[in-house]
Amino acid sequence: MQSSAPHPAGTKEFPSWPDGLTRVPFWAFQRADVYAAEQKRIFQGPFWNFLCLEADLTAPGDWRAAQAGDAGVIVTRNEAGEIHAFENRCAHRGALICLDDSGRGKKDFACVYHAWTYNLEGGLTGIAFKNGVKGRGGMPKDFKMSDHSPRKLRVAALAGLVFGTFSREAPDLREYLGSEISARIERVLAGRKPVVLGRFTQALPNNWKLYMENVKDSYHASILHTFFTTFELNRLSQKGAVIVDESGGHHVSYSAIDSKATGNAEYSAQGIRSDNAGYKLADPSMLQGVDEYGDGVTLQILSVFPSCVVQQIQNAIAIRQIVPRGPGRADLHWIYLGFEDDTPELRLLRLKQANLVGPAGYISMEDGCVGGFVQRAVEGAPGMESVLEMGGADARGSESRVTEASVRGFWKAWRAGMGV
Amino acid sequence: MRDSADIFFAIMRAQLDYARCIDDDRLEEWPDFFADDCLYRVTSAENLRAGMEASLIFANSRGMLKDRVSALREANIYERQSYRHILGAPCLLSQKNERYRSETSFLVARILRGGATEVFATGRYLDLYGFEHGALKLFERVAVCDSSRIDTLLALPL
Repeated sequence: MQSSAPHPAGTKEFPSWPDGLTRVPFWAFQRADVYAAEQKRIFQGPFWNFLCLEADLTAPGDWRAAQAGDAGVIVTRNEAGEIHAFENRCAHRGALICLDDSGRGKKDFACVYHAWTYNLEGGLTGIAFKNGVKGRGGMPKDFKMSDHSPRKLRVAALAGLVFGTFSREAPDLREYLGSEISARIERVLAGRKPVVLGRFTQALPNNWKLYMENVKDSYHASILHTFFTTFELNRLSQKGAVIVDESGGHHVSYSAIDSKATGNAEYSAQGIRSDNAGYKLADPSMLQGVDEYGDGVTLQILSVFPSCVVQQIQNAIAIRQIVPRGPGRADLHWIYLGFEDDTPELRLLRLKQANLVGPAGYISMEDGCVGGFVQRAVEGAPGMESVLEMGGADARGSESRVTEASVRGFWKAWRAGMGV
Repeated sequence: MRDSADIFFAIMRAQLDYARCIDDDRLEEWPDFFADDCLYRVTSAENLRAGMEASLIFANSRGMLKDRVSALREANIYERQSYRHILGAPCLLSQKNERYRSETSFLVARILRGGATEVFATGRYLDLYGFEHGALKLFERVAVCDSSRIDTLLALPL
């Protein structure tokens, strides 16, 4: 076993962590103190949280509610056209500042409780009865409004995705993501105007990290998800790879048609079923995808630590965000995307291919329940460990997707952030 | 022109048969409630209100409905479960060229293996009924869930 763990095994705070990256103790999915530490060190630590799309904020005064872990956040576009984000928590007595999901034409935000008012940057600009009434009451004369505001986040955008961090120490977003991950996000989204086709939330009966493990686990895909194999959907000779960034926290798994093996074979042949199949699709039109990126990549799953996923499964494009809701629960937010320049045919294809993903997805409904299977199974075994040895012991990318390297990478980044 | 009371009863009867079909786990018969050229989708009130087109389940042919059933039977992994549909009476909204628009509220309880009965979804069916080969069929059914939040997964159709 290698010892690439960022910290020596064992801390006073939590039970000891096994050496190396190939074991994960199950208490990591269960303990309330781990959950609380994650909120502080991960979601409010030197990492970037996905907040919303730039497309959600097209004009000054547009705003959208978002989540950075437990922390509710308001993201705005101010009069100067800049994007700002601040906590959805009044600096006075802690009430929600915003009671809706999004809006337009906002000049300022007034808390309903006592009308403390904030500008689009989250600065406190007004306090009801600040000077009292008829010379009585009111705030102390030395009360400085500039000392009081909800916490503000640093905000940065890449390819239309808006990220925020509470931390001053977090590197710039591009540096945080690294060039390979940035390029792979840009491949899907850059230079195009996204259109939100749908928003759904899947309430998962498990710890958020079990979902991120699942996303990063290219090993399970053809085993748990039997939709393609059951219907013997011919996958032409595929090449692919797993990329894991230096920190371990971000990953890309992709597969593409191997042009050497297939020559200039019609890309749409991907969806054609095998004639000797026991089961056939009555209407395989859903799978007759088009190569909208011109690179033959039919699947690209990308994750940004800690909690964001950018998905391209054929022409089904989505952003997913996992929001922890206590040690044993998490909300998975789905944002289905199309683009402004979609032809009607491509748009219809996206609507059909949305069947593959989401809470009712042919190849992802299982991901909604499998985390719960783990959560329930390990309930009585906090001291036991999972085994992550597929593809070795390190957290480096490889040409094989039969590996758990990116799962190990997740834990490498998580442990560095947690100091575990 | 058919008598509207007849239509009302025909639709009500079709709805009840539809619900029993799913609740009794006769999913193979479920596509037969639809016309050949049909639209079935599941979405939420919020998505509908915002004009967002994507669905949790989308089928624009009876073939796609059959595929949904065979995937549930042969491919997808989910814990044993059943539904209980409680339907309101259909509200007839309009009729044109022997096609009838109606809206019907639903409450679907889900019973997971070993679990209690839990409310899984409430919402309304926005339907377009018509006659095909002499039988009343769904030309469109948009199941609009009141909430955009789905617990764990949506396996069986609504």
